[in-house]
Amino acid sequence: MSKIVLSHIDKFYGDNHVLRDINLTIEDGDFMTLLGPSGCGKTTTLRVVSGLEKPQHGTMTIDDRPIIDAEKAFYEAPSKRGLNLVFQSYALWPHMTVFQNVAFGLKIKKMSKAEIEETVMHALKTMRIEEYRNRYPNELSGGQQQRVAIARAIASSPKLLLLDEPLSNLDARLRIDMRAELKRLHKETGTTIIYVTHDQVEALTMSTKIALFKEGEISQIATPLELYTNPIDLQAADFIGNPRINFIHATGIFDGETFRVTSPFGTYEYKKETMKLDEEIPLNKEFECVLGLRPEMVDIYTEDPHHKNTVPAKVYANQPAGSETLITLTVQNTEFLAIQVGLVEYDMNQDVFVVLHPGRMNVYNKETGRLIKFAKTKHKAGVDD
Amino acid sequence: MAKKGWKRPPMTKERFKNQFRNIVGNPFNVIVMITLLILFVFIVIPLLTMVQNTFVVTRGSLRFVQKLYPGAQVGDYTLYSWRYLFGPEAFDSAGRGFQYTTNYSTLFIPLIHSLTIGFFVTVISVPLGALMAWLMVRTDIPGKGLLSALILIPYMIPSWCKALSWLTVFRNSLSGSTGVLTGLGIPIPDWLAYGPFAIILVMTMHYYAFSYIMVSGALRSINSELEEMGEIQGANKAQILKSITLPLVLPSILSATIMTISKSIGTYGVAARLGNTIGYFVMATKMKDLLGSSSTESIGYVFSILMIALAAGTIVVNQKLIGTRKSYATIGGKGTRSNLIPLGKIKYPMLVILAIFLIIAMVMPMFFLVMESFQIIPGAGYAPSNLSLYAWIGEVENAPHPAFKQDGLFRNSTFYGALWNTVKLSFIASLVTAVFGQFFGYITTRGRGKWYGNAVEQLIFIPYLMPGVAFSAIYLAMFGKPQFGGLIPSLYGTFLLILIVSIVKHFPFASRSGSSNMMQISVELEEAATINGAGFWRRIGSIVIPLAKNGFLSGFLLSFISIAKELDLIAILMTPDNYTLSFLSFDYSKEAMPQVADAICIIIIVFILVTNRIADKLGGNVSKSM
Repeated sequence: MSKIVLSHIDKFYGDNHVLRDINLTIEDGDFMTLLGPSGCGKTTTLRVVSGLEKPQHGTMTIDDRPIIDAEKAFYEAPSKRGLNLVFQSYALWPHMTVFQNVAFGLKIKKMSKAEIEETVMHALKTMRIEEYRNRYPNELSGGQQQRVAIARAIASSPKLLLLDEPLSNLDARLRIDMRAELKRLHKETGTTIIYVTHDQVEALTMSTKIALFKEGEISQIATPLELYTNPIDLQAADFIGNPRINFIHATGIFDGETFRVTSPFGTYEYKKETMKLDEEIPLNKEFECVLGLRPEMVDIYTEDPHHKNTVPAKVYANQPAGSETLITLTVQNTEFLAIQVGLVEYDMNQDVFVVLHPGRMNVYNKETGRLIKFAKTKHKAGVDD
Repeated sequence: MAKKGWKRPPMTKERFKNQFRNIVGNPFNVIVMITLLILFVFIVIPLLTMVQNTFVVTRGSLRFVQKLYPGAQVGDYTLYSWRYLFGPEAFDSAGRGFQYTTNYSTLFIPLIHSLTIGFFVTVISVPLGALMAWLMVRTDIPGKGLLSALILIPYMIPSWCKALSWLTVFRNSLSGSTGVLTGLGIPIPDWLAYGPFAIILVMTMHYYAFSYIMVSGALRSINSELEEMGEIQGANKAQILKSITLPLVLPSILSATIMTISKSIGTYGVAARLGNTIGYFVMATKMKDLLGSSSTESIGYVFSILMIALAAGTIVVNQKLIGTRKSYATIGGKGTRSNLIPLGKIKYPMLVILAIFLIIAMVMPMFFLVMESFQIIPGAGYAPSNLSLYAWIGEVENAPHPAFKQDGLFRNSTFYGALWNTVKLSFIASLVTAVFGQFFGYITTRGRGKWYGNAVEQLIFIPYLMPGVAFSAIYLAMFGKPQFGGLIPSLYGTFLLILIVSIVKHFPFASRSGSSNMMQISVELEEAATINGAGFWRRIGSIVIPLAKNGFLSGFLLSFISIAKELDLIAILMTPDNYTLSFLSFDYSKEAMPQVADAICIIIIVFILVTNRIADKLGGNVSKSM
């Protein structure tokens, strides 16, 4: 069991308010990713959890045990929090061999020699680097160093493993391998993990939950699917997804029961059950809003498919990239991006038909930038929505 | 410290208890406290004590003070010393109070002498050093490998050794024994042998190194693409040099200029050796003179303050002009590949200039020092009949000449005493300095931007602002007599005092070497250890020390060299029991025993070169020791 609760954490550097009222609960066994652009406070949050930074305000508990109580100037020592940390730079001690690096923390715990040997070798085997035990860090490749850093962190069997952008120094291929490795590690050990990254693909593929950071605040905490399908505001929507989501300018009117949205694609009607009613939505008054349309939700046909949500469009540009093809389309003067699997050829200015799925679109209030209509998270193939 | 948007919570008993534990329970904080305390006790308090001493009436000065302050008693505070130098009475030529001439010869002549020397040394040595730097870094001058190994050797020869070697050549009958030229029958006028001309030349042969080191550093950091771009735009070599290279290295030249002025004004040994004989005083030598008599002691302290103000003033001006004291090194981009400029026709003339410099600054001083150490009668030529090993290993009863009054060096207990003192002083002082330096470096790098990091950095910088003689004057003021009602006894004449001065004066250098060392050890390496349960001392022992080892060792060796050759710093604190090699040599050279003085010089030089070679191997560099 290890449930971490951060509440009302504030951190200042001088006058710089870097963490603003952070509230975050991490359940036992979670793979919680702190996601956001650089400088948004995600690494600082991780360091607060680890004990390397002391917040000026707020509390933190692990399994109801107080770890931080800023009011009382109480900060548990990092080593007594039962956690370990993998640094972005790996922070391997260059004057120690792989074995010594991993054994360091165990020696401090005054484990017996035989125990250390066993524990270290187990960690090295888990990370499949046992043959490098006598090498020095500078004799290893980046990927191997990364494995040593993780082995060092898991050797002490921490209840909580903190990872600070661990993959950012690896090349693209290794990154995919290590993602799989980390996911396996999480499953095998069942350790709670807090993972910091600015890479949304990492966040989406690995996490059980994502906390999205914006300028020192958490803007959304959700599962990867929820976050991808229903980003809480325009900025989050823009940040999540590659290629980026299309924003389509529209106007809407809500009468308390039905929400009508008019855009170049036509007029869609949404029931109030699909709406996020705790947000600011003008009643019986036309207001500007933004449709969020994911590129992969645009189906392109060369012949009219006679579908109720068909819109004629023109191909503006075509970018085949092997496994997928990006197509820029225009409807009237509105430009948007679609993506299709595999190599598809279109001519420039070719006339096509696109089928859209209004139920899978998000709607945002343009003025507040907040989500006001959810997209459906699940949809079956062949069902029109 | 008010923080926007955050109010300090009310102080409860529990909060206080935890906060106290957080601060005191962390050895780092304790070390910061101790460091600040040490710096305060050994830098701030002595400085204040010296300022205080300028006002206190002593037994020796009472008679003179009472002329101005008829009712003054010993221990009273008066403005006598300041008025002596600056007051209206001092300028009053009518004869009331003091004589204009007294003041003139006490203050203004040495001041003018110092400024003259500073000016000429700078005007000659800065262009010389800059030219050599440019030749060595940016051109295809032949024999670079050898030249770069040799070019800093003159700087490693202590400046007062060069003064001695100047005397071996130019001494005339004023010195008691004659030099090479007088010996050949060439009459040497006093103005050539002693005084400003000799002082300026000898200092130039020493302080060229500042500009050489700084400018070559700046040149190395300039991307040669910048110059190549100029070439593509159609500029010729002279235009490129003038409009691109020179402006880029200008900050470093300016820094070097300031350093040279400040250092040459503060140098004692050279000026004393080459000036005192004919009564040519500069500020440093005049100060020692004033401090030597109890009636003028307090005026000597005023002098010391003036010298500090002068040296510190120039350095502060430099920092204001350049921005920070490091900024000149950050020119240029990633390109380190540097295409050399072909010198063409002037290649060999330039090589000759360098060769002449090396001969004058290195070969000749060494040659004359070595040769004179073998001579029976100095200046009487190098015929076999005039050569002996007496100065090195002779016995006094077999002395080949009545001028020899004691055994040769290696039979002389005074020499062994001085050797032992030197080794003891250099070893202990550089070890302590290097250890402290690592801690200072640790505090300043880990506390960068925090109040204690800044405080330590500022305090450590103070000794750097002071010329060696002036610095030791503040210790004379502080420890020359019992302080705090006898709580601290008088340390004058003790080895401890000389040790403390040597340690504290080398703090700035040691701390810089320590912080460049610590900068290479990423904070994350330590944080990783913290997470793994290592406490402060464990982190220092298992992570920081193993990684800082080499930097520490080279820092240690460089301080070792610097302390071993030090003369200016310890000159006014010296008593016979504590003679070091440098001071012994200096003393012998005054007593018309040049051969023995020379021999000691040679030993010191050999020792410096060997140690430097070792430090070099460990990654140290003489340019760091500035």
